[in-house]
Amino acid sequence: MTPPVIQIAGFRKTYGSTVAVHDVSFEVNDGEIFGLIGPNGAGKTTTMECIEGLRAPDRGTISVLGLNPVRDVYKLQERIGVQLQEAQLQKRIKVWEAVDLWASLYRRKTIDGDRLLDQLGLGDKRNAWFMTLSGGQKQRLFIALALINDPDLVFLDELTTGLDPQSRRTIWELVRGIRDRGKTVFLTTHLMEEAERLCDRVAIIDHGRIVDIGTPARLVARHCPVRTIELASADEAAADRFRAIAGVEAVTRQGTRFTIRGCGDDLVSDVIQCLSEHHIRVTDFRTVIPTLEDVFLTVTGHSIRD
Amino acid sequence: MWRGLLKLTWLELKIFLREPLGAAGTVVVPVVIFIVLGRLGGSRLSAGPMVETKFLAVAMPVLVSVLIAISAVLSLVTIISVYREGGILKRLRATPLRPPTILLAQVLVKLLLTAATLALTVLAGRRYYPVGAQVPLAGFTVALLISTASVLSIGFVIASLVPTARFAQPVGAVLLYPMLAVSGLFFPVAILPPVLGVIAGLLPMTYAVSLLQGIWTGESWVSHAGDIVALGVICVACVALSARIFRWE
Repeated sequence: MTPPVIQIAGFRKTYGSTVAVHDVSFEVNDGEIFGLIGPNGAGKTTTMECIEGLRAPDRGTISVLGLNPVRDVYKLQERIGVQLQEAQLQKRIKVWEAVDLWASLYRRKTIDGDRLLDQLGLGDKRNAWFMTLSGGQKQRLFIALALINDPDLVFLDELTTGLDPQSRRTIWELVRGIRDRGKTVFLTTHLMEEAERLCDRVAIIDHGRIVDIGTPARLVARHCPVRTIELASADEAAADRFRAIAGVEAVTRQGTRFTIRGCGDDLVSDVIQCLSEHHIRVTDFRTVIPTLEDVFLTVTGHSIRD
Repeated sequence: MWRGLLKLTWLELKIFLREPLGAAGTVVVPVVIFIVLGRLGGSRLSAGPMVETKFLAVAMPVLVSVLIAISAVLSLVTIISVYREGGILKRLRATPLRPPTILLAQVLVKLLLTAATLALTVLAGRRYYPVGAQVPLAGFTVALLISTASVLSIGFVIASLVPTARFAQPVGAVLLYPMLAVSGLFFPVAILPPVLGVIAGLLPMTYAVSLLQGIWTGESWVSHAGDIVALGVICVACVALSARIFRWE
């Protein structure tokens, strides 16, 4: 197995008397999309910028592609691609000029800028000024600049913040494409849906500390094991039947609507089996699976939007 | 170390000229001012009293040159603060570009524009300034570029200090224009009150004016070696200071 692409241990960063990051340790594996998720001000960007070598940590060790980001920052920059949060370019720089400038900065062989722009859907914007691009187009240009040196590791900081759902989906596809080409992606987001759909593994950060790390599914199973099944049935005896199922913790009934709460991977199939065994006629059936949003609420005690 | 410098300089020059007031503000305005002043005063060059003639023949061209330099510095301060506020400096720094390269590209753009403005001004002024045709233009250009570089270094200190882009232009103007008053352009530094004399001795503008006036009137470089050393020292000191206090974001 290849060694981790990023190793970070005991990392701490303060700004004056404010502690931005208390104590952060995690590893990012080769070829995965790893998400650092948490609310604004949790320390995501600080952590990412120290890994990129843009800031120096106060304490702890960081190793990226086997390099020390502070000491070897120029060697590291050759091999990584970076998209910064809320970055801008010169208002009147043309799209092709930016790509051309970036391409000229690297010693290693860069990829074809025109083809890259075409792939990112910016082919017809080659001669447009940066200031005339839409939010989604700007972000796609920043992705192009992050990919121009064919990096081994790509950093994406709040990539889709402020974009409409349509552009967001397009960008998610592009990020999956980056991983499918064998690259590692390290991203931050405060959008739980984005993390859930995009990330192979996530680390939840809150108030400068890592709360938990794992695949989205495993985090949900660990912290929010309770599933909910809502169904509608006129069968009044059904409630007792449901209560007899293993793993069911609570059954409530309001008129014809039943809500079943319980734990265990088999809960849904057990309920379905119970319905068919007892010939309970059901007019509506839905399962409510907890999301990362619920996980966040559980592990931090507050909503990510607070 | 300087990888990307030429490309970035060329790019920044193009971007600057695309600004609505980019070319007009820096290049055209000084030329127009010069022509207007020349129209008003040029006819008196030969006929007027000695003092007036000397002002028009020496101080005025030097004043216009220094104004060109100051406008370059103000423009630099503004661009740096706009780039910082917009996260452009940070974005450029997150590439293999070395930090000094990013800033030096801006300096080179300003020096190029200063030289171009001076050249146009001289061409425009030929009609009104027969004197101007005989001055050592190449030498004067070099002297102006040395002066501009030194004043630009103060620009970096100012750019480090101004809080937001909105303040860049006014703060720069308030700091730079008064330097002219004690620079010896209007009164000799020797007759200034002692305090102002000391201040004048610390400002690059004073040496710039002395150097420019000297070269314009055909004095030798050797006799102005002191001015050049002073401009160099101020430049190094300001660069060292701003290297410590410069903020990238």
